[in-house]
Amino acid sequence: MPLTKYFFNRIWASIFVLFGVSVLIFLIARAIPGDPARMALGPRASTEMVEQLRERLHLNDSIPVQYYHFLRGVTEGDLGMSLYTKRPVVQDLAEYFPATFELVFFAGLIMVIVGIPLGILSARHQDRLTDNVARIIALLGVVTPTFVWAIFFMLIFAYVFDILPVMGRLGETVEPPPHITGMYVFDSILAGQWHTCKDALLHMIMPAAALALSGLGQAARLTRTNMLESFGRPYTEMARAYNFTEVQTSMKYALRPAMIPTLTILGLDFAVMLGNAFLVEEVFAWGGLAQYCVSAIFYKDLNGIVGTVLVISMFFLLVNMVIDLVVAYLNPRIRLG
Amino acid sequence: MPTNFFKTRNWYRFSRNPLSITGAVIVIVVVFLAVFAPYVTPYPDHSGAALDFANMNNPPDSKNFFGTDGMGRDVFTRVIYGYRVSLLLGIVVLSLAVPIGVGLGLIAGYYGGRVEIVLMRITDVFLAIPALVLAMAIMGFLEPTLINAMLAVSVMWWPWTTRLVYNLTRSIKTEDYVVASKVVGASDSHIILFEILPNCLPTILTKMTLDMGFVILVAASLSFLGLGVQPPTPDLASMVADGSQYLPDQWWLSVFPGIAILIVVLGFNLLGDGLRDMLDVEM
Repeated sequence: MPLTKYFFNRIWASIFVLFGVSVLIFLIARAIPGDPARMALGPRASTEMVEQLRERLHLNDSIPVQYYHFLRGVTEGDLGMSLYTKRPVVQDLAEYFPATFELVFFAGLIMVIVGIPLGILSARHQDRLTDNVARIIALLGVVTPTFVWAIFFMLIFAYVFDILPVMGRLGETVEPPPHITGMYVFDSILAGQWHTCKDALLHMIMPAAALALSGLGQAARLTRTNMLESFGRPYTEMARAYNFTEVQTSMKYALRPAMIPTLTILGLDFAVMLGNAFLVEEVFAWGGLAQYCVSAIFYKDLNGIVGTVLVISMFFLLVNMVIDLVVAYLNPRIRLG
Repeated sequence: MPTNFFKTRNWYRFSRNPLSITGAVIVIVVVFLAVFAPYVTPYPDHSGAALDFANMNNPPDSKNFFGTDGMGRDVFTRVIYGYRVSLLLGIVVLSLAVPIGVGLGLIAGYYGGRVEIVLMRITDVFLAIPALVLAMAIMGFLEPTLINAMLAVSVMWWPWTTRLVYNLTRSIKTEDYVVASKVVGASDSHIILFEILPNCLPTILTKMTLDMGFVILVAASLSFLGLGVQPPTPDLASMVADGSQYLPDQWWLSVFPGIAILIVVLGFNLLGDGLRDMLDVEM
C-alpha cells in the first residue's frame, strides 16, 4: 500500500514541523523582556502574589524545563489560562475558531469553484478576452491589500447599493442557531432553520469574496499555465487523435495532470489566506480568532497568542496534508508507488 | 551586477512591454514623491499632529485633492508622507532579511549534509506559520513601533529567500564551471562568492523587486490591525483603518490611502515581472 505509507510519512513530517513551531513560538514568547506573571496580575499586585504565580506557571525553572511543562500541557490539551478572558485558552479557541473556519472554508470554496474554471477558460481562449480579464483579476487580487478589498466591497454593496448586510455574522434580530459545530451556516442547516441559514449566508458573501480574491486570481493563473503545459503534451494529442471532443480532452486528459502542481502551490498559498482572514474579520467585525488574537495581543496575553498561533499552524498543516492526499490520488506515480 | 543586466537587447525587451514600463514609471514617481515630500505636498506640516478646525472632514475638492481628515489635515499630503514610511520599511526589511536569507541559502545548498538538514528544517518551521500570523505574534510580544514592525516582518521574510537561494545553489552547484573551478583547487568560499552567488543575482534582484511590494503589503496588514506604526506618523494602512470607522460618509479617508497602497504594490509587482522576463529567470 504505497499510498498509506506515503501518507504516514507526511503525517510524521507534519508532526515534526508542528513540534518545531511549538519550540519557535515558545522561544519567542519567553525571549521578550518583562515578567509574564507581573503583566498578568497588573502593577498593583503584591510581590508575593507575583511570586506565587511565577511558581505556578513554572517561570522560575530553566527554559528547557519550562518548555517541558508547556509541551506536556499541549499534549494534554491544556494551553494554560488566557489572561484576557480569564478562561482556559483551549475553551476560547474552541469558541472562536469555528467562525474563522467557516469564513476560510467559504473563501476557499469560492477560490476553487471560480478560480479553476476561470483558469480552464483562460487556457482554452489564450490571449483573448477571457484570458485578459482573468489576468487583470489575478494582478489586482495579488497587489490589493485584502482589507482594502473588504472596505471597497462594504462601501459598494452595503452602503451604496444596500443589498448586503454591513457586518457581523448574523442580523441583529436573528437568533443564532443552536450550538452544534459553532458554524452558523452549518448549524442552521442541521437545525432546519432556513431563515437563519439564509441570513448567515448573506453575511458570508462579502467577507468570503474579499478573502478569496487574492487566491482566486492565483488559482486561475496556475491552472492556466499548467493546462497550457498539458495541452502541449502527447497524451492530449492522443486524446484528440481518438476523436474525443475538445471539452472531453480538456476535462479528462489535460485538467487532471494540470491540477497536480496547481493544488500543491495553492496549498502553500493557503497560509496567505489564513493570515488575510484576520484582516477580513477586523473589517467585518466577524468575531473569530482574529478578534481574540488581536485582543490577546493588546492585553499581552501570552497564552492566548501562543494558542492562536499553534491552532492556525495546525490547521495549515492539516489542509496541506489533505491536499497532498488529493494530489497523491491524482498522481499515479505517487498512488501506485 | 549580472552581465545580462547590461545587455541592450534585454533592455529593449523590457521597454517593449507596456506593463513593465508602467511599473517602472509608478515606482519612479512614488520614490520621487516620497523623497521630495516636503516640496511636492501642499501642506507639509500636516504630516504630523497638526490641527485645523476650520477645515475638518472636507470632501475632496480643488484645494484638498483627497479631502481632509477629522483633524483638518490634508489627506493627499499624508498619503505622500505615508509613502515615505512604506518605502523606508520595505528597504530596511529587505536589507535585513535578504542578506541573511541569501547567506543561509548558499550555505545549506552548497555544503549539503547535516548543515542542509538543520537549516532547511528550521526554514520549514518558519514557513509552517502563516506569515502574517507569525508577524502578528512577534508584534504581540513587542511594543508596536515602526522599528519592531520592521523586525517582525524581517523575521518572517528570510526563510522565503533562503528556500529560493537554496534551490538555485543546488542546481548551479552541478554546473560544469563550478566543478571545473573545484578541480583546479578553488576554495569553498571562492566558489560560493564568485561562482555561485553571481549566478543567483538576477533571481535575487527580481525577487527583491517583487518582495518590495509584498513587504509593503504585509507591513500594511500589520498596521491595519494596529500593530505597526503609531500616530501621528502618517501611515497608509493606519489611515485606512482609522477612516473605515467613518464609512460611508467620509469615504475619502480610507479609499484614497487604500488605493495608494494598491498603486505602490502594483508598481513593484509589474517592475519585478518585467525584470523577470528581461533577466530571463525562473522563480
